[in-house]
Amino acid sequence: MTTSMRLLAAAFAVAALAAGAPPTAAQQPITLNGAGATFPFPLYSKWSQVYADERNVQINYQSIGSGGGIRQFIAKTVDFGASDGPMTDEQIKEAGGRVLHIPMVAGAVVPVYNIPGVGQGLNFTASILADIFLGRITKWNDPRILQFNPNAKLPADEIVVIHRSDGSGTTAIWVNYLSKVSPMWKTRVGEGTSVNWPTGLGGRGNEGVAGLVRQTPNSLGYVELAYALTNKMAFGNVRNKAGQFVRPTLSSTTKAMEGALKSIPEDYRIFFTNPEGRDVYPIAGFTWILIYGDQSDPARGKALAEFLWWAVHDGQKYAVPLLYAPLPKSLVTRIERTLKSVTARGQPVL
Amino acid sequence: MATVIAARTFRPAARSGDRLFRLLLAAMAAAVPLILGALLVALLVEGWPAITRFGLTFFGSSTWDPVARQFGVLPFIYGTLVSSALALSIAVPLGLGVAIFLAELAPRWLRSPVGFLVELLAAIPSVVFGLWGIFVLVPWVRSGLTPVLKGALGFLPLFQGPPLGIGMLTAGLILAIMVVPIIVAVSTEVMRAVPTAQREAALALGATRWETTRRAVLPYARSGIAGAIFLALARALGETMAVTMVIGNVPQIKASLLAPGYTISAVIANEFTEATYDLYVAALIYAGIVLFIVTVLVNVVARLLVARVGRGIEAGRE
Repeated sequence: MTTSMRLLAAAFAVAALAAGAPPTAAQQPITLNGAGATFPFPLYSKWSQVYADERNVQINYQSIGSGGGIRQFIAKTVDFGASDGPMTDEQIKEAGGRVLHIPMVAGAVVPVYNIPGVGQGLNFTASILADIFLGRITKWNDPRILQFNPNAKLPADEIVVIHRSDGSGTTAIWVNYLSKVSPMWKTRVGEGTSVNWPTGLGGRGNEGVAGLVRQTPNSLGYVELAYALTNKMAFGNVRNKAGQFVRPTLSSTTKAMEGALKSIPEDYRIFFTNPEGRDVYPIAGFTWILIYGDQSDPARGKALAEFLWWAVHDGQKYAVPLLYAPLPKSLVTRIERTLKSVTARGQPVL
Repeated sequence: MATVIAARTFRPAARSGDRLFRLLLAAMAAAVPLILGALLVALLVEGWPAITRFGLTFFGSSTWDPVARQFGVLPFIYGTLVSSALALSIAVPLGLGVAIFLAELAPRWLRSPVGFLVELLAAIPSVVFGLWGIFVLVPWVRSGLTPVLKGALGFLPLFQGPPLGIGMLTAGLILAIMVVPIIVAVSTEVMRAVPTAQREAALALGATRWETTRRAVLPYARSGIAGAIFLALARALGETMAVTMVIGNVPQIKASLLAPGYTISAVIANEFTEATYDLYVAALIYAGIVLFIVTVLVNVVARLLVARVGRGIEAGRE
């Protein structure tokens, strides 16, 4: 009896303390809610944790997938959406109002394979990748593959193609690249978060594709670079527009953004695959945060714009340890202008 | 005498309690068709754009192309039916065997540990089955089972194509493992509920253990066992995660069980979160309605089949 009384008293004391704490702080804490892409989730939750310690702002992020993020953003049930693919014109019209796509970081998509006796760094060209995924190159010892890999002991076996079965930004980036480099891919398959694959097996999620590739001899698939690195999978180099075979790394992905800078439009709605420039890895894409350019609540709008400002500056240092490619300085300068255009009730929030 | 008085005294209270009880139970029973109806209405509303656009061609078309905005579910229906049929053809004999052993033959000390293990199998989340499928079952099917099947039955169209390890057969196997516990748990209980007198009568007539089970126990437990199989079938038709991880997710209709396939529930789970336009979402919901219809039809057919077989048994006995 006495112990339970004591417990009760302690509970009241704690509750009183907790209730008493906020007024002593400078201002009411603001909670910003966001939902969307699963790919940047580890980074956004790190940001949320660090930012809550630094400022009095709580970021709640739910990784429900890009499609769901865009739907919630249009329905205005969240303060920001997040997506690995840009919204379509149709969706922007449906959203009503000025929609801003703010790039946060980029991710590379890499060809991963499992060929007994063959290690890292097989060389692929755009047309080889397109023709394998179209089912037009079917054997590993195809002369076109051998031509660029004279020293690899490639077997005379069938290539088992493995792709994502779930709709995903990873697929969107991969097929966007194939569409840009192969006219036949563009007309026969096209691009999107899911496509009608001409050949191959489907694995669910990066882990599903990685699992199938590791379990299936002579297979070729594609996953996020981060996934290939953490799972220590063999992945290939891809020949870029300048004709170099480039190893996918975080820095060659950041270089790709620099190379693509001129072609990135004012609204950032682009897959910047196959860019110009030396040492650029050609298969990569942004992950965006979606916000309304004209915010309804000045305090929340200000908090949101400040958070995004922080994310593209201080926040970028958390990208590399979590295996995301940080934005190049040149692009951040442009994003600064975009964030300064955010208003609430006609007044700039920053 | 005392009990009679007590009963008389409490009768009014008991009567209103009865009424309340009946009302409560009726409400609970009504909730099931209500939920089902509400579900169907919601699916119809959300899927309407796809229903008006594709109509009945949705069932007959094999093209699933989100880029070209063309949708058809025939390969998914095929995959759903074949993988479930495969699963039941393995799980029913296996599950019934285990159930007969547990109910009729197993020594008392063995019953509860085996029963416990079976229930444990039922409690494993399907994503765990899926991961186990990718890392253990798939390599085994590829390099263990497939060569044996191709060696013995390779001339059949059922066992053609390269040994991927991924495909309809593996999906059927994993589903079988998942539904066996349902069949075992329900059938064992049903068989144990068969009155001992039934068995004793058969034994007294000079029947063997097997004859007793076949002639006295199984017919008595028939409807319960059929119920167990229906539950298993429903689970197999709707199972998503474990199947999508091992079936290969390719919407095609191939006679070979070694070839990859796709199921309705798998395509919905795979593509729903990233469906980027309204018609796409509607098409996935329409696929959900198709799964609903397929499940109902399969159940009706199975029930008719059971009723006919049941009549056959009774006719045979007379």
